[in-house]
Amino acid sequence: MSLEKITNPFNARHWIGNMEADYRYTLGVAGERFLKEIKENARIMGAKCPVCGVIFVPPRLYCEKCFAKLGEWVDVGKKGEVYTCTIATIDIDGKKLEKPQIYALIKFEGAHGGLIHKIGETDKVYIGMKVEAVFKPPGERKASINDIAYFKPAE
Amino acid sequence: MSAKIKHFPGEEIETKDFREGKVLFESFHPKAKYAWSAGIAISRFLEELKNGRIIAATCSKCKRIMVPPRIYCEKCFKPTDGWTYVKDTGVINTFSVSFIAADASRLKEPIVVAIINLDGASEGMGIVHRIGEYGDWREIKIGMRVKAVWKPPEERTGAITDIKYFKPIKE
Amino acid sequence: MFGKKRVAIVGAGVTLFRRNLKETGKELAYHAAKIALEQAGMELRDIQSVVMGTAPDAFDGVHMKGEYLADGAGAYHKPYTRVFVGGGTGVFAPLAGWWHVASGQFDTCLVVCEEKMSSCYPHPQYAFTTIFDPILERPIGMNLIWIFALEMNRYMHKHNIKKEDIALVSVKNKRNALDNPMAQLAANITVEDVLNSEIMAWPVQRLDVSPTSDGAAAAVLVSEDVAKEVTDNPVWIDGVGWCIDSTHWTDRDLYYPDYVEYAARMAYKMAGIKNPPKEIDVAEPYDPFDYKELHHMEGLLLCKKGEAPKLTREGVTQRDGDLPTCPSGGLLGCGNPIAAAGMMKVCEIFWQLRGEAGKRQVPGDLRTGVAQAWGDLMQYGSVIVLRR
Repeated sequence: MSLEKITNPFNARHWIGNMEADYRYTLGVAGERFLKEIKENARIMGAKCPVCGVIFVPPRLYCEKCFAKLGEWVDVGKKGEVYTCTIATIDIDGKKLEKPQIYALIKFEGAHGGLIHKIGETDKVYIGMKVEAVFKPPGERKASINDIAYFKPAE
Repeated sequence: MSAKIKHFPGEEIETKDFREGKVLFESFHPKAKYAWSAGIAISRFLEELKNGRIIAATCSKCKRIMVPPRIYCEKCFKPTDGWTYVKDTGVINTFSVSFIAADASRLKEPIVVAIINLDGASEGMGIVHRIGEYGDWREIKIGMRVKAVWKPPEERTGAITDIKYFKPIKE
Repeated sequence: MFGKKRVAIVGAGVTLFRRNLKETGKELAYHAAKIALEQAGMELRDIQSVVMGTAPDAFDGVHMKGEYLADGAGAYHKPYTRVFVGGGTGVFAPLAGWWHVASGQFDTCLVVCEEKMSSCYPHPQYAFTTIFDPILERPIGMNLIWIFALEMNRYMHKHNIKKEDIALVSVKNKRNALDNPMAQLAANITVEDVLNSEIMAWPVQRLDVSPTSDGAAAAVLVSEDVAKEVTDNPVWIDGVGWCIDSTHWTDRDLYYPDYVEYAARMAYKMAGIKNPPKEIDVAEPYDPFDYKELHHMEGLLLCKKGEAPKLTREGVTQRDGDLPTCPSGGLLGCGNPIAAAGMMKVCEIFWQLRGEAGKRQVPGDLRTGVAQAWGDLMQYGSVIVLRR
């Protein structure tokens, strides 16, 4: 059989494989403090830049605008506002979700940035909607962003 | 490092700190699967391996016989203009005796891997493969002649592993 | 002069290099960048452009790692370039920084290199194995250590070199690292220790190899006009060179790195260096394995092919020798966070030429230094020549 010109695509070969890897991401110096506060104190913290005065949420080690080290941490409260949102109908593998899930970027008053999280206890969401964090019971918290179960509509 | 820098930042932690909960972390396992196209040249190479033969590509400008074959000669950037079979015998160019596996775990029996310069290909042209039936690994030498040990025809699938390994031969 | 403007390094910084650091990649990049700025007496607002050098995304486990690290590298709202050539990145990043300033487009450029290999769990080995061809090489079970072993074996065979001579490099560099406060594996070992260490993939043994690490390094590059304002002691980038060979590594004779020689010639031509062993006062070739220092010394034309082991035996490459090599402790002593490792070598040459290397200071009036990095599938060389 001449192999000069392959016209049958099944003779054009491919090799199947995957890229195996597991990851363990340290939360970092700032991240560990942020999630510990959520786990132990049910507090959402921001970090303030001593030079620009900006409060960053999530808090970080340094100000990306002026490169100063962020030393002062502030409680930004549990209430925020929906800055933007979407309703997901399929999961990460492309399968249809049993019940659509609302995701939103939630901003906190006086702070720069925000948290991406789920919206629960409602089917409706709109930009500007006031929301409040609902924490898991203390025994179930693991120092993860999911220690906040979701944000619910607030008054 | 500089005599002017008084403090080098970095909080050192140890692997056991993860287990003991002294440092917090998030885990993730990416699910990435691939189907890599063998391409024009290697598709033919693999098909020929299934037939128990090793094929090379030729560049008439550079006078090179290249294995594994390719559709362009990377030196003169012309398309390769021919195919030719090379032998399944050759010489060990370099080798290593590995006591660690691909996942960094320790092996009791070593894996011997080598670059084999195949007879009929241009000088220095080689493929990487395993060496087997070598007896004592300390006896393996650069320059030793070797021959491919093939899987039986019905077990070949068109893969580099259709050759099980190369074994030393006396000549 | 090549380029529109002459380029100087005016400040440098490194973090600790360790197997496991708590900081995220962003935080590591920040620390190194901040120290470099402070040492230069400059602020982030003085920086007009940023170059980040960082190796495979698969180590940190963040896709588009360059973008992820950008704000930690001070690149917020700035022109930003990420470069990546495997291990060659650490010297290639300041080369790319050089383009930014020498072209006249920018007066200042902050160059930052970062690596957090510990995120790949349990061992970064997994990330490495995907460098091999998926069809012809991975099914054989390729492991990264094997390619070093194949190259080392060929080098030893070609020049009839004994392991004892190669082990001397590991002994020298780990000892040099004892004077380096950020080093990961500084130690006082002997040739016997190396020869008795666990065989990984013969001829490579455990003490021939540098570790995987977390760490970051950075430097501030400026044009001649700015250098005059911020310092009386600029270190000029007088030569840059880089070169790549193909991934058909089975076609090459691995005993000699041609591509390092081509990169070196390019850099030496620019710097006007005609006799490298005589004109270079201090060298930091890339040493992820002990034999690599020898391999690269030859590629850098610092000696004849096969001659490097003799120079090591005779003490020429010690800090008080005629050609001090890896005075920092190298990767064998300091650790190997891939991209940051090469950058650390550039920082070391910077400090050596300025007389700021503390206990590691090479004696004498040092004028010219060279740093080199090597990368990818044994195919890439990047070389930088610094002068005072």
